[in-house]
Amino acid sequence: MSKVFMPAQPDELWGILDENPEAVVYAGGTDLLVRLRSRFTKPDCLVCLERLDDLKGVKADDDDIFIGALTTHREMLNDPIIQKDLHILTHALKQLGSPPIRNMGTLGGNIVTASPAGDTLAPLYILNAQLEIGSRNSTRRAPIESFILGPGKVDLAHGEILSRVVVRKVPKFEVHHYEKVGKRNALACSVVSMATLMNVSSNNLISNIRLAWGSVGPTVLRFGDIEHFLVGKPLTVEGLSEAINMIQELVKPIDDIRATACYRREVAGRLLLRLLKYSV
Amino acid sequence: MISNLLISFELNGKEIHIEAQPDRRVIDLLREDLGLTGPKESCGRGDCGSCSILVDGFVRLSCLMLAVQLNGRKIVTIEGLYGPKGLLHPVQDLFVELGALQCGFCTPGMIMTIIDLLNSNPRPSRDEIREAISGNICRCGAYQKILDAVETISERVSQR
Ligand SMILES: Cc1cc2nc3c(=O)[nH]c(=O)nc-3n(C[C@H](O)[C@H](O)[C@H](O)COP(=O)(O)OP(=O)(O)OC[C@H]3O[C@@H](n4cnc5c(N)ncnc54)[C@H](O)[C@@H]3O)c2cc1C
Ligand code: FES
Ligand code: FES
Repeated sequence: MSKVFMPAQPDELWGILDENPEAVVYAGGTDLLVRLRSRFTKPDCLVCLERLDDLKGVKADDDDIFIGALTTHREMLNDPIIQKDLHILTHALKQLGSPPIRNMGTLGGNIVTASPAGDTLAPLYILNAQLEIGSRNSTRRAPIESFILGPGKVDLAHGEILSRVVVRKVPKFEVHHYEKVGKRNALACSVVSMATLMNVSSNNLISNIRLAWGSVGPTVLRFGDIEHFLVGKPLTVEGLSEAINMIQELVKPIDDIRATACYRREVAGRLLLRLLKYSV
Repeated sequence: MISNLLISFELNGKEIHIEAQPDRRVIDLLREDLGLTGPKESCGRGDCGSCSILVDGFVRLSCLMLAVQLNGRKIVTIEGLYGPKGLLHPVQDLFVELGALQCGFCTPGMIMTIIDLLNSNPRPSRDEIREAISGNICRCGAYQKILDAVETISERVSQR
């Protein structure tokens, strides 16, 4: 590597990216610098984004919450807006990596890494998160599920960076549930994860539900059919059993060093039973 | 051609101006160029915490930072914890008093993490301590003694 830049202003960044077509950007470096070390990537020019203060922090207006891509996991965990409205994200962030990893790693880095095990992703899918992608002359928006194309693959051109994540405040959900199954609690990549937003009526029927799974396909998976099917069903073992079978049919896990496909398929379905604790 | 970068930061209270190659990692700069061998490299990939340092008061992993990222920051390593009269920091004192180490290899990183914890939460519970040090691996397994030491600090704070 022969060059490294650390722009503090967007204009400076666009200039660097124009002049260095091979430049690779990084934020916290907790994915990229690990990959550099294992020599999977050997860029000649790196651009550290950590001083771009415009891309940090959490804001809200009446309708939306805006999270800067450079916001670290720790900053999100400590943020009052996220603590109040996005419990699903705090549940996931508490289980991401370890304290030093959360001090360094950013939301943007987690999204662009596009690992099927990325802990913020399943929550962002069910929050219907929109991503703002900036470049010198324009800003475009894309829903997260169309931005992430596969493991490590995203719809981002050279000269573009992920600038913000936008989440609508409505509808409101009573239940924000995130569960990660891994080999140990800290510093463990998920074997399967499931994120849920749900409302349950006073007679224990599911009135509204969104579900997404991590680590059981090339990207996070969300199934409209299952969400639709579950509406109106009682939140009981019987009420969930058919959906469990449907999930086990639909997920596309693989065998890897952490677990077998068969185990992941079994667990992906059964994680639904964890929602029974919210029955009324 | 690779040109060196000039990097300026505060290290354990002293101003530092030093040249570094663009791909110099902070751990290498500290250990090899500045002679501070407190931060240690074990895994070099974020898994173990033995390279932990404080950057503007927050614990970070020096194996996953490039030297440029130090520019303008305040860095504290275990070497910077001595008080003005060469006294140990209270956390170090308790590690010694309660024997919260065996080989000591994880200790410099562990202590930096604990200082970050105590800054944001002066009276952590045993579970909070456990959670806070979950990114610092102790291969000797001195965890119970480490928890005892931090818990004792926490108790002393509450008695004050
Ligand atoms: C020990 C360890 C444990 C971990 N545990 C977990 C875990 O439990 N769960 C989990 O989900 N992840 C985990 N990770 C992975 C990593 O910490 C997270 O994915 C983190 O959020 C990455 O953020 P970053 O800012 O460090 O990314 P970087 O390493 O800085 O960047 C990652 C990728 O994103 C790109 N990028 C970053 N920011 C932008 C931007 N704004 N615009 C465009 N491209 C960008 C970079 O080019 C790079 O390709 C772990 C990593 C380590 C080292
Ligand atoms: S050497 Fe940095 S975390 Fe292990
Ligand atoms: S005391 Fe030996 S590694 Fe912790």
